Amino acid sequence: MNKNLRTTNSNFIDQTSRISFKFDGKTLYGFKGDTLASALLANDIHLVGRSFKYHRPRGIMTCGSEEPNAIVQLGNDLSMTEPNTRATEIELYEGLEATSQNCWPSVNFDIGAINNFLSPFLPAAFYYKTFMWPASFWKKYEYFIRKSAGLGKSPTKPDKDIYDHRYLHCDVLIVGGGISGIIAAKIAAQNNLNTVLLDDKNNLGGTTIFQDNECFKINNSYSNEWLKKEIESLNSFKNLTIKKRTTLAAYHSYNYLLARENLTDHLSLDEKKNKIRQRLWKIRAKKVIIASGAMERPLIFNNNDRPGIILSTSIKKYIDYYGVKCGQKISLFTNNDTAYETAISLNKSGVSVNSVIDIRDKSNSAIVKEAEKLGIKIYWKHTVVNTSGYKRINSIELMKLSDDGTAVVENKTKEECDCLGISGGWTPRVHLFTQSGGKLKFIDKDNIFLPDKSVSEQISIGSCNGDFELDDVIKNSIKSIKNFLNINSSDYENLKINCSKETDKKNIWLLPSNKPLGKTKPFLDFQNDSTAKDVKLALREGFKSIEHVKRYTTTGMGTDQGKLSNMHALGIIAETAEVKMSELGTTTFRPPYTPLTFGAIVGRNVGEFFDITRRTPIHEWHVEQKAEFENVGQWKRAWYYPKSKETMYEAVQRESKAARDSAGILDASTLGKIDIQGSDASEFLNRVYTNAWSKLEIGKCRYGLMLNEDGMVYDDGVTTRLGENHYIMTTTTGGAANVLSKLEDYLQTEWPELDVYLTSVTDNYATVSICGPNSKKILSKVIPDLDLSDKEFPHMSFKNALINNIKCRVMRISFTGEHSYEINIQSNYGKSLWEKCIEAGNEFNITPYGTEAMHLLRAEKGFIIAGQDTDGTMTPVDLQMDWIISKKKYDFIGKRSLYRSDTIREDRKQLVGLLTDDPKEVLEEGAQIVAEAKKKPVEMLGHVTSSYFSPNLNKSIALAVVVNGKKLKGQKMFVPMENKTINVTITDTVFLDKENKRLNA
Amino acid sequence: MFLINCPYCGERDQSEFSAGGEAHIVRPKQPTELSDDQWAEFLFMRKNIKGIQLERWNHAHGCRKWFNMVRDTSNDKIHAVYKMGEKPPIK
Repeated sequence: MNKNLRTTNSNFIDQTSRISFKFDGKTLYGFKGDTLASALLANDIHLVGRSFKYHRPRGIMTCGSEEPNAIVQLGNDLSMTEPNTRATEIELYEGLEATSQNCWPSVNFDIGAINNFLSPFLPAAFYYKTFMWPASFWKKYEYFIRKSAGLGKSPTKPDKDIYDHRYLHCDVLIVGGGISGIIAAKIAAQNNLNTVLLDDKNNLGGTTIFQDNECFKINNSYSNEWLKKEIESLNSFKNLTIKKRTTLAAYHSYNYLLARENLTDHLSLDEKKNKIRQRLWKIRAKKVIIASGAMERPLIFNNNDRPGIILSTSIKKYIDYYGVKCGQKISLFTNNDTAYETAISLNKSGVSVNSVIDIRDKSNSAIVKEAEKLGIKIYWKHTVVNTSGYKRINSIELMKLSDDGTAVVENKTKEECDCLGISGGWTPRVHLFTQSGGKLKFIDKDNIFLPDKSVSEQISIGSCNGDFELDDVIKNSIKSIKNFLNINSSDYENLKINCSKETDKKNIWLLPSNKPLGKTKPFLDFQNDSTAKDVKLALREGFKSIEHVKRYTTTGMGTDQGKLSNMHALGIIAETAEVKMSELGTTTFRPPYTPLTFGAIVGRNVGEFFDITRRTPIHEWHVEQKAEFENVGQWKRAWYYPKSKETMYEAVQRESKAARDSAGILDASTLGKIDIQGSDASEFLNRVYTNAWSKLEIGKCRYGLMLNEDGMVYDDGVTTRLGENHYIMTTTTGGAANVLSKLEDYLQTEWPELDVYLTSVTDNYATVSICGPNSKKILSKVIPDLDLSDKEFPHMSFKNALINNIKCRVMRISFTGEHSYEINIQSNYGKSLWEKCIEAGNEFNITPYGTEAMHLLRAEKGFIIAGQDTDGTMTPVDLQMDWIISKKKYDFIGKRSLYRSDTIREDRKQLVGLLTDDPKEVLEEGAQIVAEAKKKPVEMLGHVTSSYFSPNLNKSIALAVVVNGKKLKGQKMFVPMENKTINVTITDTVFLDKENKRLNA
Repeated sequence: MFLINCPYCGERDQSEFSAGGEAHIVRPKQPTELSDDQWAEFLFMRKNIKGIQLERWNHAHGCRKWFNMVRDTSNDKIHAVYKMGEKPPIK
């Protein structure tokens, strides 16, 4: 530190605890309480980054979340590094490492800066315009553009930090801990309301907490002293929760808000370890008080982006709060009284203020008088026309404004400086208000948008509601709070407030220069390098909507979302297009208010907690047998059981063969099971399935197809009549929840007269399915008492049975075409039943098979899988399942749709079988089917829905949907693939045992 | 996110509910007697109002009951909830 830029008069910085940190590889020192920005400024470092497009040197411009320039890469760990963090918000900690972004090889010497000299050739939308043609060249252009695009670098490894989500409910939520927020918190808490106060900083008090000026007094104390006592008094309330370092990210309808609390970002690397980094609060508040304050505006003039150009109130915060001098020869440029407070603070700290350049003709306010009394030189009715200094401002040029403010007159004056403070007035932070659905109004007097109509229980108070004078802020806030919370009186009834009042106002969105606009660089969006010129160009090119101008020029599209100078863009557009600001409106403010980490968004829902995992009661056995698993909805299902070095193909072939040769066993517990009871249960099934149910005998099972009202197949499964008024329905694994919802919907809303009750019992039963020629022998070993003769227990029937005195239900039903049984048992007995079956089946080589073999076996039989062979566009007729549609029933869900003009078309896509000419060639599922091999372009007639090599038929088989397929049986078709064309023949859908002999074997 | 007053359970987060589209579309009692156009009217045609809309909602992760809601789609204000079979409380 060659210059001493620290003062000793700050109460907020602990100058006894020194912190070391690294910036661009260099070790530097700061103090506890510093931000990265204040520590850099204390080290006389202004240049911290390069701009996005022109790579112009850029410095710290603000002291808060609106910072467009000083964005840095934090850390260098591949899993923890964070790009685009604002140096103005990063609290300094021991071991912090930050680097500049968007520059190579270094921030001081950046090759990309060539763009700055090319800038006359890089107007708004340069990339859109230039790289449009020839279109085929885009791939080449893109390679180079991608290389130079983007700001920081994303981490490349998984985030090791822990993040958290929590809910919070309160009577009153106050957003912002400035003076109005503090007053609101105290009034709410005193009235026994459950109150929460949020602030994004580590200290409460907003800008008033460092307002240390004779001109601003409350009850005869300096405003900062008064506020400090008020903040201390908040500690006594048990019903008040104060959350610091907590940024409100989103304000949704019905007062649902999201806030991100930073828990460890300010701690040293050692202290951070094993702690939750950030917590996302999901808040539901009965009432919300927004006290989010206002942001100081910059001024828009030629070369207004050099390092060393800082908002005037930020300079004041750096000197009064952090005890850091932003320069040693500071000039100030303003259109309002704010800069005079800064001038007085600097003067008090012994920093020489060159002058205040004020575009106004005069001002008679107390604060200006005070500045004059201190001998600070003021240039009235002047503007800055240019600045110099490449990596740090070193001088400014000023000229007198013409009477109408559109031009400059008289001679140029040059003034040397190392810092220029700018103040263009104040922009209320209305982002949260508009996020909640509130509408804004434009106030011409102050050139600001303010909250107008809100749709939720909320108010805005303080400067975010347009009150900028201390007395207005306090008095109007108190009045609004009392009204909003229905309170008659507060502690603050007779406050004596002294403050300077602004007497004169003047606003020029784009300040004139002595050079033509084309030769100047008046920056609007500092991060994206869009200038006033670009906005005017967009208007000349015909863009009228503010949303279009924004996207065309990229104004307001950086990581700062244009917080700083969107208002100027709007002002310049309104002026140029000659429309009123109120008619122009604003771009939409969308959440989050400041960027959120992905970690905070996902919280604990990562890895195995990303989604619910459902496991069957037999799951452990499959794991022990080293099964591979498949996700089916939320279920983990055994996919296949590879033996030693078997591939998936080999395992599936073996399992499928064993099931037909002797015996296979499948865990079918995931099938949806719905218990249906009530005196109208049969009538209900009549209405929801396409076939008739009234005559199904007790103890019998029936396959049913369920349609949507549009006639398309929705789900299928076997339903068993357990008693007169009692059925158990099975659904597909993935469809279970939706089927239950759909049935409940009809019962509650269309057919409330039916006496039917539905209960999901999927998880209550484990289901073991044994199939194959030896299944009967195995079952007779497991349940010796049960008569398994075809006469007593035929296909599609059901029996209650006992296994070791445990009740179970046995159905003789089959999805494989083999003689098979499904045993349903209370789920906690599932695994032992399974093991018992395996033991009984050992002598028959009982083979566990997974879902893949199950799919293969049913495809051999031409059984469909709803969702694989159907896709919401297939009717039962399309599936060649006409037999399942009852002709006698008057109505069922979807019946009327089956004879709409579209569904009776003969040339719909229909389910068919496919055999390849080469029996070894297995088709790819999803492959397209065409009638002509060489025609281009060729009409695609359908696609393959299921395809396998059948070990039992020793050939490749497939199911497909093909236009007019029913009539094309025997027809040759083609399946064109990337490198070859496969010849196929359309066949029947049933490949094996058309006579169903095996079912009854 | 809405705060929905389930007529059976009281106020709950929107995340517990699922929306079921326009309310008061009665399934025809005799579909077979309808023309294609009449059936299509029931099956496909739905209003998409900017303003007051009557909607079906289901307390899917709660009591599983279906009910109706009067909601202004322009500002998401929920004016009323009422049970299935009841008449809308406001016009």
